[in-house]
Amino acid sequence: MDYLDKFIFGIYPYIVLTIFIVGCLVRFEREQYSWKSDSSQLLYRGQLRVGSILFHLGILGLFFGHLGGLLTPVIVWDTLGVSHSLKQLVAMTAGGIMGSMCFVGLVILIHRRFTVDRLTQNSTWRDKLLLSWLLVTLCLGLSTIFVSAQHLDGHEMVNLMTWAQHVVTVRGDAASYIMNASIIFKIHLFMGMTLFAIFPFTRLVHIFSGFGMVTYITRKWQLVRPRS
Amino acid sequence: MKIRAQIGMVLNLDKCIGCHTCSVTCKNVWTSRDGVEYAWFNNVETKPGVGYPKEWENQDKYNGGWVLKNNKLKPRQGGKLKIMANIFANPDLPQIDDYYEPFTYDYEHLQNAPDMKTPPTARPVSVLTGKKMDKIKWGPNWEDDLGGEFSKRSKDALFEGIQKEMMSTFENTFMMYLPRLCEHCLNPACVASCPSGSIYKREDDGIVLIDQDKCRGWRMCVSGCPYKKIYYNWVSGKSEKCIFCYPRIEGGQPTVCSETCVGRIRYLGVLLYDADKIEDAASAEDPKDLYQSQLDLFLDPNDPEVIAEALKQGIPQSWLDAAKKSPVYKMAVDWKVAFPLHPEYRTLPMVWYIPPLSPIQSAVEQGVIGDKGIIPGIKELRIPVRYLANLLTAGKEEPIVEALETMIAMRRYMRSKSVDAQPDLSTIENLHVSEEQINEMYQIMAIANYEDRFVIPSSHKEMVEDAFQDKASCGFSFGNGCSDGASKESLFGKKQSPIVFTDMINDRNRNKEKESNS
Repeated sequence: MDYLDKFIFGIYPYIVLTIFIVGCLVRFEREQYSWKSDSSQLLYRGQLRVGSILFHLGILGLFFGHLGGLLTPVIVWDTLGVSHSLKQLVAMTAGGIMGSMCFVGLVILIHRRFTVDRLTQNSTWRDKLLLSWLLVTLCLGLSTIFVSAQHLDGHEMVNLMTWAQHVVTVRGDAASYIMNASIIFKIHLFMGMTLFAIFPFTRLVHIFSGFGMVTYITRKWQLVRPRS
Repeated sequence: MKIRAQIGMVLNLDKCIGCHTCSVTCKNVWTSRDGVEYAWFNNVETKPGVGYPKEWENQDKYNGGWVLKNNKLKPRQGGKLKIMANIFANPDLPQIDDYYEPFTYDYEHLQNAPDMKTPPTARPVSVLTGKKMDKIKWGPNWEDDLGGEFSKRSKDALFEGIQKEMMSTFENTFMMYLPRLCEHCLNPACVASCPSGSIYKREDDGIVLIDQDKCRGWRMCVSGCPYKKIYYNWVSGKSEKCIFCYPRIEGGQPTVCSETCVGRIRYLGVLLYDADKIEDAASAEDPKDLYQSQLDLFLDPNDPEVIAEALKQGIPQSWLDAAKKSPVYKMAVDWKVAFPLHPEYRTLPMVWYIPPLSPIQSAVEQGVIGDKGIIPGIKELRIPVRYLANLLTAGKEEPIVEALETMIAMRRYMRSKSVDAQPDLSTIENLHVSEEQINEMYQIMAIANYEDRFVIPSSHKEMVEDAFQDKASCGFSFGNGCSDGASKESLFGKKQSPIVFTDMINDRNRNKEKESNS
């Protein structure tokens, strides 16, 4: 168990990050034709608007929540005077709201994809895997709220933050902060990390393009390409 | 002044017989691929009718094109932030059923059916699901030659301002053909709507293209284009559109639709315009002024100052020579018989149309029209002038009337010349065109020789790149890289080909079973 923990939370993150970065770069460079959002709206509009918007708002909220919550150094919160238990409470509430939105949206999207004939016939195994993976990861994430509710002192949360920060700053001892975490957290983390590994091989790459859209705001309306 | 050149097109609706040769040849060359079965880069509609996709002209429904708000142009579907907010689910996107559900037929059944009491039939099969369809409910040309009920066809947006109930009676009915393709606009709404910046206008010939590598499938261009001439490929997940047969145009050849037009209705030629004035021209306050404001953009290719400036800005001499002979310039600017399609969309389209005259001729023969060539009142015309004006000049009738008058006068003049062997100059009095121009009109519009219809300078690739580098590279290709359209499964995935044949495979097995049982 000790070895497995060390591997999954100490070494696996780097394997995953490598696949994520190299995979995305290779796909962008060599196979950009396959880089797309892969919308199914043309074939079936029903339920898409409510499902897709809820899902995307929720998951964007979750992404930025995780990013800020995990990677902001503890010292910043301490300086700001935010107590650990308050931060945990905020994280649980915000995560709960965003997670519920995301969950409802995702269930609608899955229902749509698995029941509408035109969509089931034209969905690849990658689409189905991705939706199922997200659902399981999300459910685990939501159930961590109940685990956290049992100890509101913020101690476990700080451990998780430290783990994440030690991973991104490449300090060797990251795994040691996870050892005592609840198994729910551990599986959630594993599923979440693995999402980065499947990222380059699914439609998830469109997330980059979604963020890249900010250049549109300052762009001129018209684009004219000269030769050469 | 920023001078740019574009290959424009004119379609002479007066001569279109609605044979769909353009659509079929285009389809065979460009859209006989997975995911674009339903897409027709070129289609021919019978008007009045709701068209393809249904009600494409109804911008209250689709929000295509531009609007002028506080003297500022913005896409009707919303500004940049609204467009970005709508990428998760585009509220203005047509459904595939608005085009039609793509289908094929189970032809195999005709050969493989077991012994039956009735002759076997080839039932329609949906390309989307691979399952048999009960009934084909709509197609790319459902309203061909006034097919269907008037009550449905009369949703046609061109009836704006016309008492359309009258047009439902057999005596008053009328029709015309409208071949449509991408307009390769000067102010394209699709380019403006694309958050990825994958759509662009080529500087050298004005062709609007989608960079297939850069397209991310946000689908805002589909709703942004008021002509609904951008199609979402539901297999590749990218948008596609008419490419104006650019590989042919570059070589000085006409587009496939123009080349194969049996009625010789299509014309291709160079137009020079001032790119600095595009925004002002598209921002004319009254939509009825947009036709004139676009005309004012075009530069006279015979003006020495324009020629000198164009050469200075790098436009090749061969293009300037072609511009002088351009049939498109002559029809649009000199003779004023061609008009832009729906100028009120503010896109400044570059595929123009000559309004159809033929239905009026029957009125001429009945003596309704006076000798001076005065066009009869709107009641005597089979196609209401207002209907054509709604199509071509945002409802302004005078330019349409003048164009039809010119075309009738040309016929009267030619009739006097060939029947009476004595040209009757009174037939062309009060016209804005000279006798010489009338003769040229006759040559280009009626005789329509190949070299008069297509004046296309080849592109000057040598000015910008070393063609030696292209040695042994792939030419025009569909799909990924050098592929032929069927991109193979890779590490990064590929949609399975449409499963059209699953039902057929089931059928085959069932037939085999039946045979072995009997």
